[in-house]
Amino acid sequence: MKNFVNLNVNPCNMCMPMGAAGVFKGIEGTMVLMHGSQGCSTYIRRHIATHYNEPIDIASSSLNEKGTVYGGSENLKKALKNVIKLYGPKVIGVTTTCLAETIGEDIRRIIDEFFLEEKIVGVECVAVSSPGYGGSHYRGHYYTARKVLEHFAKTGGKSDKINVIVGCMSPGDIRHLKEILDLYELEYTLFPDISETLDGGYHREYDRLPEGGTPVAELKAMGKARATIEFGAMVSEADSPGEYLKAAFGVPLYRLPLPVGIEHTDQLMETLTILSGRDMPEKLEKERARFLDAMIDSHKYSAEGHLSVFGDPESVYAITALGLENGFKMCVAGSGPASEKLIPALKALETEYGTVFIKLEDTDFETIAGHVTETGTDLLVGSSDGAFMTEKYGIPLIRTGFPVHDRIGAQRKIMIGYFGSMQLLDEMTNTVLAEKHDHFRKHLFTEYGQAKEG
Amino acid sequence: MNINLLEERKNSVMCNARDDARHIECGKNSAAGSVSQRACVYCGARVVLNPITDAYHIVHGPIGCSAYTWDIRGSLSSGSEVYRNSFSTDLREKDIIFGGEKKLAAAIDEIAETYSPKVIFVYSTCVVGIIGDDIDAVCKSAEERTGVRVIPVRSTGFAGNKASGYRAACDAIMDLIGDAERPEKPSGINFLGDFNLAGEMWIVKSYLTQIGITINTAITGDSSYESLKRAPGAELNIVQCAGSMHYLARLMEEKFGIPFISVSFCGVEDTSASLRTIAKLVGDSETIAKTEAFITEKAEEAERLIAPYRKRLSGKHAAIYVGGGFKAISLIKQFNDLGIKTVVVGTQTGREEEYETIKSLTDEGTIILDDSNPFELEAFIKEKKADILVGGVKERPLAYKLGVAFLDHNHERKHPLGGFVGALNFAEEADLSLLSPVWRHVKKDRGETDEKLCQLEC
Repeated sequence: MKNFVNLNVNPCNMCMPMGAAGVFKGIEGTMVLMHGSQGCSTYIRRHIATHYNEPIDIASSSLNEKGTVYGGSENLKKALKNVIKLYGPKVIGVTTTCLAETIGEDIRRIIDEFFLEEKIVGVECVAVSSPGYGGSHYRGHYYTARKVLEHFAKTGGKSDKINVIVGCMSPGDIRHLKEILDLYELEYTLFPDISETLDGGYHREYDRLPEGGTPVAELKAMGKARATIEFGAMVSEADSPGEYLKAAFGVPLYRLPLPVGIEHTDQLMETLTILSGRDMPEKLEKERARFLDAMIDSHKYSAEGHLSVFGDPESVYAITALGLENGFKMCVAGSGPASEKLIPALKALETEYGTVFIKLEDTDFETIAGHVTETGTDLLVGSSDGAFMTEKYGIPLIRTGFPVHDRIGAQRKIMIGYFGSMQLLDEMTNTVLAEKHDHFRKHLFTEYGQAKEG
Repeated sequence: MNINLLEERKNSVMCNARDDARHIECGKNSAAGSVSQRACVYCGARVVLNPITDAYHIVHGPIGCSAYTWDIRGSLSSGSEVYRNSFSTDLREKDIIFGGEKKLAAAIDEIAETYSPKVIFVYSTCVVGIIGDDIDAVCKSAEERTGVRVIPVRSTGFAGNKASGYRAACDAIMDLIGDAERPEKPSGINFLGDFNLAGEMWIVKSYLTQIGITINTAITGDSSYESLKRAPGAELNIVQCAGSMHYLARLMEEKFGIPFISVSFCGVEDTSASLRTIAKLVGDSETIAKTEAFITEKAEEAERLIAPYRKRLSGKHAAIYVGGGFKAISLIKQFNDLGIKTVVVGTQTGREEEYETIKSLTDEGTIILDDSNPFELEAFIKEKKADILVGGVKERPLAYKLGVAFLDHNHERKHPLGGFVGALNFAEEADLSLLSPVWRHVKKDRGETDEKLCQLEC
């Protein structure tokens, strides 16, 4: 689904270790270590740092030629030792990279050897195989979350808690989600929880392993939960962490789309009602009513907008739904990461709303931009990687998702739930309105005022 | 210093003492697990070649290497914008198993057929180095097939460090320049190691034009295939970013007999000194006189504009952590000019002689670091009570979390920090951050008072 067969031109996609790093950042007291060449960790750190505006320490085993030829065991062991000394982590998340994977490093064995040799106790070490060529950051996120659970959640049983497994959501969205769960008075374990670790406050003492993240004790108990909600409707069963808990311990699984837009948020609330036995709390009832009111206020203006959305499969699907619900003319929905489920899901939306638009997965920005200009798109929603389309074609971009390099505050942005959806909808509608209000006098004069003269 | 350093790091961290004759250990591969701020060989090559404006840059590897380097430099162009795209063969699992040569060849063909490229660079990445794709052979046969220059860049990520990548880029540039004959009467100068970030090459070019000196070609800021081919015609190479371009200057001296000198256009002092040196080497007495008049005018103007900042900033303490040694040296001087003492200074890829200069420019007690990491930066910023850190994107959030001001000296910058105007921007940016009212609230939060701010307000 790209213009070129053998080339990706301007990636709308990142690599698996990026997704893995994001998951480990959401576990309490965790340090990430990438087994590979020095560049992987540095590039990923830079990418994450500009988005979250937080220090991102990710270690590397700094493999060089010697390690590549004779095996990287010595480097990885030294790296583990140094990471423990510098950071004193409770957990070390070790990921592989293209390099480590291709030379066939058995990282689990090396790690176990190291822990025996050094007689280290009190540190957990999770190993994830995440070659850069193995898939996108999106796949890396779910796959790593699954591997983490396979490592920690080893027993079933009974508890009153539910599991809430999140995708690539902003810390702001996760905090808002927790507020919603709290309103239903549910006991839950949320994983991976980056709400504090990647959007912390200013404190008198800087903590190199910031507070927050899902505690290991809770991860270990996730097999006992009475249900799992997983925000990941587009991910394959094999990569789904919730599917693991279901298969291994029979934990019932509710796989939901990102709760953006009224339908998807209703779906979440219905699930929470089932799990809590409570009706929708009054606060949320009011938020829903206000959102519906906002949708009515916006609908005529929204309907003049020609919308294109890009990013990962979850956000593309959810924001497309939000746009269609409000009458936007949908032009392009394009996901950089591959997803077998996305296109059928978008087709269902086409049928539901009686419209047709360009649907892409496993695509690149060259292809997206081509369709964006062909379809007369006048509003873009996606990461800041799409900003070149504003520069080149003058099409405004609302920045959501990851990464956002050129604006402040992406980590705090809320677009989920009735409240978040309303905020995003307002922003989208206002962008359409601004274009109209700023230019209608000039357009009308050009069209009618001056044309009649000669 | 009371910092619990990693064993492997002990010889790369020094406290400046006149009677300590030890040399800092530098240029080594990063210690595993130390959380080095360096990137890889590929990164070094990519940042040097990326500013070549009409080149098609194909990253032969998995998607990440392309994604993380797409249009990340603030290099400006007066012509083509092709360089701002990132082309990748996007290798997948099956390519790793069966090899990526066919895909690469087909990718080159796609570009050659769709556009009319003058030059294509093909970067090697870690995985390509392992599966053994013969990039040289693929490029060579592609050249024969398409008639386009297709240049391999030997930038396998793990094969060395960022500095090895600089050399790989220089080799690729030499490959592009080819065997051109040096003209009998060479003229103009080549400007090596400026990447036209925020138009800085243009600024230096305008200075040189005003004193009657022509830039033959810049390498690689705002350069093109054609302009690089002209490189052998210059009578002198001036080298700014020595870390990346000293090697190219040496190669060009050997092959074309072009002599080279080191320059720096960071700060008033270095800009003036560099212009003077260049004028003496390639100009006549008229040029030299013109240069003196130009420097006097510009330096006086800069001094007039910078003086108010000196009054406000004098007495503060700075920490520096940047990529190359030349930049660190210029920054120390720039801070000195503002009355700011450098208490911590480090680089990712500084060379031994540069560290010696750094030692001579800083006071005893200053911490000097090679290939440092967040742990050390945090510890020394705190220990030495730095008020401001100057560095790149990754260092910024650390400074802010420590409640320290920050000056962005990264390659994404959107305002020039080179030349006389850059010196003023530098002072202004330092002032904006150091004296921001936000620190008043931070200090209040910490239970401290800021006397300096009080004085200013009164």
